[in-house]
Amino acid sequence: MSRMPRQGSRWVAQSEQFEVPTSPLSEKSGATTIEQPTIEKETRSEENLDLPWLVIVHNDPVNLMSYVTMVFQRVFGYPREKAERHMLEVHHKGRSVLWSGMRERGELYVQQLHGYLLLATLEKAG
Amino acid sequence: MEICRRKGAIELSELDPFLAELLRQIPASADPKGTAAAEQRLFSPPAHETETDLCKEWKLYVEPELRRLFQTATETVAADLEQLNGSEKTLANRVLRIPWKHADAWLSSLNQARLVIAAKYNFSDAELGDHFRSPIGSRRDLSLFQVNFYGFLQECILREVDDWKPRRAD
Repeated sequence: MSRMPRQGSRWVAQSEQFEVPTSPLSEKSGATTIEQPTIEKETRSEENLDLPWLVIVHNDPVNLMSYVTMVFQRVFGYPREKAERHMLEVHHKGRSVLWSGMRERGELYVQQLHGYLLLATLEKAG
Repeated sequence: MEICRRKGAIELSELDPFLAELLRQIPASADPKGTAAAEQRLFSPPAHETETDLCKEWKLYVEPELRRLFQTATETVAADLEQLNGSEKTLANRVLRIPWKHADAWLSSLNQARLVIAAKYNFSDAELGDHFRSPIGSRRDLSLFQVNFYGFLQECILREVDDWKPRRAD
């Protein structure tokens, strides 16, 4: 999937200025000037103070339970017991959070789950 | 119908003409074209509609990939199903061999077909759980039987795939 710049994950460059003591030599001679350096520092924009993203699978009456379990094992590498626990949560509660973390990785998981025809979405936690 | 594992394939034997015909219909049944509900189910949004950028990118970049993926699986299944088009007597029972490496394509196509049919007929949970309904009655009954038959086959393939893993690891 090609990526386009997103506001949510943008890095914002801010400049911070520091006072640089003027050399006594240059003050006297007046021949040399030292420019105050601009130090660029990367800080995250406020809106991305990272709440994780959640990969959620929703219930679907058509998909077989055994198939859904297999998909969870394949996509997330979960052992069968954990995959079954999530499958049963989907079945009984209508949805289950399968994974949380960075958005890009979450998108990849959702894409894989859709490739297996599961109803999956990406949501921001909180 | 009998299912067994033989020489690197899952073999479906004793296929009567009715079941063979249902199998032949997998590729056509998996096609969501012309049914908005089926299209929506196969290509569901990846996030809430408020995530406009993500949904837009998804439509643009991911959906075509998914279409290709589903189509490739269906083409593989269609090629395997050509075994059923032999010149033997029309009413004779048939044998279908699904090569091991095609198992994933079959799982995908059977799932596509089940989802498309269920979306087309808007089957309720109760109907989908009714595994003993006779296929004889209406087109709807036959379609429900089709969903259940494909589900049964999916389950069999899954079991074979599961059993196969430890042996392959040896």
